[in-house]
Amino acid sequence: MADDTKNLKTTPLDEMHREYGAKMVPFAGYSMPVQYKAGVLQEHLHTRASAGLFDVSHMGQARLHGAKAAEALETLVPGDIAGLDAGNMRYTLFTNEHGGILDDLMVTQCGDSLYLVVNAACKEADFAHFSARLPDLWLEVIEDHALLALQGPKAADVLARYVPAARHMVFLTGATYRINDVPCFITRSGYTGEDGFEISLPAAEAEAFARLLLAETEVMPIGLGARDSLRLEAGLCLYGHDIDESTTPVEAALNWTIGKRRREEGGFPGADVVLGQIKDGTARKRVGLIPEGRAPARAGTEIQDLGGGAAGTVTSGGFGPTVDGPIAMGYVRADLAEPGTRVNLMVRGKALAARVVKPPFVKQNYVKD
Amino acid sequence: MTVKYTKDHEWVRLDGDVVTVGITNYAQEQLGDVVFVEVPETGTHFDAGAEAAVVESVKAASEVYAPLSGEIVDGNQAVVDEPALVNSDPEGGGWFFKMKPDDPSQMDDLLDDAAYRALLADLG
Repeated sequence: MADDTKNLKTTPLDEMHREYGAKMVPFAGYSMPVQYKAGVLQEHLHTRASAGLFDVSHMGQARLHGAKAAEALETLVPGDIAGLDAGNMRYTLFTNEHGGILDDLMVTQCGDSLYLVVNAACKEADFAHFSARLPDLWLEVIEDHALLALQGPKAADVLARYVPAARHMVFLTGATYRINDVPCFITRSGYTGEDGFEISLPAAEAEAFARLLLAETEVMPIGLGARDSLRLEAGLCLYGHDIDESTTPVEAALNWTIGKRRREEGGFPGADVVLGQIKDGTARKRVGLIPEGRAPARAGTEIQDLGGGAAGTVTSGGFGPTVDGPIAMGYVRADLAEPGTRVNLMVRGKALAARVVKPPFVKQNYVKD
Repeated sequence: MTVKYTKDHEWVRLDGDVVTVGITNYAQEQLGDVVFVEVPETGTHFDAGAEAAVVESVKAASEVYAPLSGEIVDGNQAVVDEPALVNSDPEGGGWFFKMKPDDPSQMDDLLDDAAYRALLADLG
């Protein structure tokens, strides 16, 4: 344990986290705040009611340069990247030759480059994958920028005090704005199910700006604990749990990330498998699960059909503070994937009744104009 | 009335021939917001070290172990109905269960106040 923590990387906000009473834990090679003094429950509820500030500087940021960057990226992902207008962004997936998911990522078309945000635990593998598969393109890995997420219904009011134009940004768009004369790349996006922004800014400026945001009465610092419960309630996948190399986009119910043109043309790794599954279906599917009663079912919990037969596994599960009850996601046999289907979750040797639902578990409050 | 502790951060209070068991303030701080508690049924017998109750926070599930061998004489319905009581009053109203030890002298094997404080000091 001591050796693990000694070699951990820190984000530019490390000192500030400790000052705010964060409990720091190892995550993807970084020392990260899992919660602050308020605790996961309050942090979660505060984000849904007001605004929460998350340090997501551990995530991988990069720019893919070149006139043909979008077409080149399409050889690695099933998303419609070439169809993105400048300033627009999209959630997509790196797939392997078997249609398995190597990582999930956000891609923003910046005109002269694509701005990418990938998972912390996957970033080195992702960047190596780029170099191997797209050797002619310049992938600029951004290591000198922090990434802040400001999420919640008051996020736009707060950010507009520093960036007036933020209020008028459309959801899933991004642009460069100046904060105190420092260029920052801001997207209206996030991973909580709420309206919000992600702000990429120079590491040296990050702490001062984070402190300004935290000084706003609406804003509270939020740790990874609440980030996880927020994304679970929003029905969003956590890489390494809900999706990984053994799951395909179709099994993961992420067909919506595969545009019409890509379905017709293919041309991404594992396209034969994935397009075949879109046409013929899959043996299992990711669904939402609501256990009856109060007991949470955690990741790894076995799912059985009502006859006691093997039906699947929970991949994310816990307590939803806004739902005020247990919620989970997992993979079930295709014949059990219909919302309303009753299944049993085997928790501590006992069958816990649950029903299949279609995520999200809370209303998504994205701003749509 | 004697209060002892276990290495698993439970407190054990002997009143007459019955012990009351809960988790320490340190344990509730480590767990964070408790959202679910399951307590054992009256009449169940546990050996020392067996899983007797369940406590879950938003983040994780943990077990509460029987600190001594004995029979459950009461489970605290109040923490089942209001799990947050484990956070707000861990060493009082947030108790988990009462048990009648087979051998009350097993209390002697548990940590006294000074030994438990030393354990916490080691954890930093």
